[in-house]
Amino acid sequence: MSKQYETVIGLEVHVELATRTKIFCGCSTAFGGAPNTHTCPVCTGMPGSLPVLNKQVVEYAAAVGLATNCTITQYCKFDRKNYFYPDNPQNYQISQLYLPICRNGHVEIDVDGRKKNVRIHEIHMEEDAGKLVHDPSTGNSLVDFNRSGVPLIEIVSEPDMRSAEEVIAYLEKLRMIIQYLGASDCKLQEGSMRADVNLSVREVGAEEFGTRTEMKNLNSFSAIARAIEGEMERQIDLIEDGKKVVQETRRWDDDKEYSYPMRSKEDAQDYRYFPEPDLTPIVISDEWLDEIRSRQPEFRDEKQARYKEQFGLPEYDINIITEDKTLTDLFESCIELGAAAKEVSNWIMGDIMRLLKEKEMEASDIHFSPANLVKMIQMIESGAINRKVAKKVFEAIFDEDVDPEVYVEENGLKTVNDEGALRKVIEEIVANNPKSVEDYKAGKKKAMGFFVGQTMRAMKGKADPAMVNQILKEMLD
Amino acid sequence: MANIISDETIEYVGILAKLELSDEEKEQAKKDMANMLDYIDTLNELDTSEVEPMSHVFPVNNVFREDVVTNGDDRDEILANAPEAKEGAFVVPKTFD
Amino acid sequence: MGLMDYTAVELGKKIKAGEVSVLEAANAAMDAIDALEDKFNCYVTVQERAAVQAKAEELQKKIDDGTLTGPLAGVPVAVKDNMCTKGTRTTCSSKILENFEPAYTAEAVLNLEKAGALIIGKTNMDEFAMGSTTETSHYGVTKNPWNAEHVPGGSSGGSAAAVAAGECSYALGSDTGGSIRQPASYCGIVGMKPTYGTVSRYGLIAYGSSLDQIGPMAKDVTDCATILETIASHDPKDSTSVKREDYDFTSALTDDVKGMRIGIPRDYMGEGLDEEVKEAVLAAAKKLEEKGAIVEEFDLSLVQYAIPAYYVIASAEASSNLARFDGVKYGYRTESYEGLHNMYKKTRSEGFGPEVKRRIMLGSFVLSSGYYDAYYLKALRTKALIKQAFDKAFAKYDVILGPAAPTTAPKLGESLSDPIKMYLGDIYTISVNLAGLPGISVPGSLDSKGLPIGIQFIGDCFKEKNIIRAAYAFEQSREFINWSLSGKEEK
Repeated sequence: MSKQYETVIGLEVHVELATRTKIFCGCSTAFGGAPNTHTCPVCTGMPGSLPVLNKQVVEYAAAVGLATNCTITQYCKFDRKNYFYPDNPQNYQISQLYLPICRNGHVEIDVDGRKKNVRIHEIHMEEDAGKLVHDPSTGNSLVDFNRSGVPLIEIVSEPDMRSAEEVIAYLEKLRMIIQYLGASDCKLQEGSMRADVNLSVREVGAEEFGTRTEMKNLNSFSAIARAIEGEMERQIDLIEDGKKVVQETRRWDDDKEYSYPMRSKEDAQDYRYFPEPDLTPIVISDEWLDEIRSRQPEFRDEKQARYKEQFGLPEYDINIITEDKTLTDLFESCIELGAAAKEVSNWIMGDIMRLLKEKEMEASDIHFSPANLVKMIQMIESGAINRKVAKKVFEAIFDEDVDPEVYVEENGLKTVNDEGALRKVIEEIVANNPKSVEDYKAGKKKAMGFFVGQTMRAMKGKADPAMVNQILKEMLD
Repeated sequence: MANIISDETIEYVGILAKLELSDEEKEQAKKDMANMLDYIDTLNELDTSEVEPMSHVFPVNNVFREDVVTNGDDRDEILANAPEAKEGAFVVPKTFD
Repeated sequence: MGLMDYTAVELGKKIKAGEVSVLEAANAAMDAIDALEDKFNCYVTVQERAAVQAKAEELQKKIDDGTLTGPLAGVPVAVKDNMCTKGTRTTCSSKILENFEPAYTAEAVLNLEKAGALIIGKTNMDEFAMGSTTETSHYGVTKNPWNAEHVPGGSSGGSAAAVAAGECSYALGSDTGGSIRQPASYCGIVGMKPTYGTVSRYGLIAYGSSLDQIGPMAKDVTDCATILETIASHDPKDSTSVKREDYDFTSALTDDVKGMRIGIPRDYMGEGLDEEVKEAVLAAAKKLEEKGAIVEEFDLSLVQYAIPAYYVIASAEASSNLARFDGVKYGYRTESYEGLHNMYKKTRSEGFGPEVKRRIMLGSFVLSSGYYDAYYLKALRTKALIKQAFDKAFAKYDVILGPAAPTTAPKLGESLSDPIKMYLGDIYTISVNLAGLPGISVPGSLDSKGLPIGIQFIGDCFKEKNIIRAAYAFEQSREFINWSLSGKEEK
């Protein structure tokens, strides 16, 4: 490669909103369910059916717009996007083209300490399509409209990103904002957050953008990173060979690490948008907008400042805790229940992060109740269990949300602080290890550790460490 | 300023509309469309530069539903008219490569 | 006089008074259908007699026990075949919906059912309401009961003919560019298109969504007002449905037009208008003047632009509305195909008739890349101008008076060969849809061929009562013609 190239990337991010019902009908949005069990005449495109807009969709979309510094379009409309595909029951999708609900926003991303704004061109509301499943026994496809009509927002960025790292940082930022708002759970694997990547390459220093392609079917951050690498290489190879990049939609095959053109001549991308005659315009008054604004939660930047001020936590802890809405909520619930901030933070930073990693879970998969963690912390503080035992108890809380008191009782994990019993055990250990006693007396303080370890082993970890230390010192000194 | 519709245009519109016309129908369609467009072009006699396009006649806004589940499971009725159904789903020719 | 000669309200009164049973009414309607259907072909689907009789008994009980007290309880009605009826096939007179049985019933029809209506069948129409003659139906042409060599008009031609022939007491139609008023005019009945948003469109299979409106087709103005009162409602399932306070349309049946300002657009009375139709309109004006109305001519303007604007808007919306008929979820699917897109194309090409395909092609073209502004937006701007012209007119007049159609019913087979000529037949009705206004066609007189001439009254938005008042007063003053055809000598 003789020339230096730069990758120019813009993203179209689809986010499924966390409404109870679909965007235009009263069908449930619950995930799963047997095919076509969450359907009605509206979301299956039955003749004569008509859409009615779910108000919550407008509120979520506007809230995301406000949180991403967009201008809210206070008079906005829906349009029809016309194309034939079997997952699209009406063969048009109700979307927004001419007056999308949000425009001209930006979010700040941080890659290796370099801060940068990614501009948001627009955010629009639209309906999701159904699901197509291949039927291997016949070679046909099966259509399930359960997801048809689930509300989406599409967040369209400007082509402001230059690397996979920036793309990931942008997506993580969006995910965090939207999760904080409670507008979506933003799970890439389950498809509640999906990104299409518009990518072009150009020589470094060039003013004009190159021809871009759009890549679909990216369902993890790592697939996105690989797709960006792969598509960048493909385009550079074409240019180096003196060929042209064709503007087209391509499907990323993550196994083959290559993208393939998606459409045929029969899929002319001429969507014939026009204003949706079955829906009325949406007028978002100043009052309504203020109301939505007043309900905005405390976002990450604000939380970070507050945690530092209020709890004096180290920046490192604060960054990790606020990185995910589930962790933040967990942290704040524990504080509310009376636990000390640093103590809760230590559990998050330590055992929770470790267990998430070991079990390959996302923070949003955490399901134990904060009350049980707080109860356990209180048991440590009261000396009912020691820290070593607590680690074991916590694993049970993490896995099965057990009540720590019940668990400790049932498993006989309560700390032994019966001084007489302990003294008896220690006396025996001291008597059996004269060599170590000599070492200790000769000034080898390490020998103390040996006696503590022996005692704890004999007590199966349940001894009160402070008491063990105290008795040992008494006997040996 | 009579409109002339080319074969390519009729072919292209057929793709958009998912209609497959016979050669005879195509010739007729070219004629019909050209005539209609000539007729529609009379609208250009009107100066509409100062006029906003009107899609809705009445200024009715903000017609909403509350986010409450009201529909049960209509699956059997929804599928009852399907030309082909299997395992609770509509059957279509394959869409995967 | 047979039971089918009564107006719907008269028959309803007799049923309520116990002079006629619902079963007798049902049998009279079914007998008329048996006797006349072969000749006129008003229906796509007629309910089984036994089912209608069973329903009649059920309604009779509810009338007897006082559950049903409305003026239309037990009266036989026909519904245009583009309104969904649960369990009864709904075809839009298209092959593509040959076997389609909706899972739900249209809101307007539900309102009728609540009022105790006895639905006896689904009427023939131009395929997907596209046409002015009911000749584009996949299920054969409907013939005009006044003269079976003539068309009944369209697209609600089946409904109009069924009312005129006494094959039902009244019917529902739908009107996108004149599809109620023009066939009413051709068939010598009263047909009314309410203000857009007055009757729910939920369950009406869409043609041009921003223009479609369901309305009554009946023997007289009293019936029309009564039916509209029954079917009009604010429906939360239709976002374009308007909440109104004045559903008491029958209160306008006063025979009082003193001081009413009536304008006749000069542009409606010139070139292209049949001389006999013109005379009938002027005669109607005179009658109303005699009753104290103030009638004058004025220039409405823009009349010639309504049709081209309409065909852009209606075809564009239709191309999208009819995209759902693709052989996947319901309706016809072609026998053999290779792959998805071939299945789509063959299904739609075999399932739709020529006029529907013509409009889908036009609609797809005017929306396609590069043409949207020049055609679609231009048409929407023209629509705004037309609305302004009406606003100006209604600042001066309570009602606009004019013809419903330029001629009386043409002969079968004359219209389809020249689409633009056929479209021109809607010149007096189409602008009313573009502006969302209410309009009513009332029979005025017969022409020299013995075919009915319709007089149209147009009102400002939400002013149905004005046109009901004017139409009713005119109807009261009109010379006697036996508008009812049933039992007449065969023509």
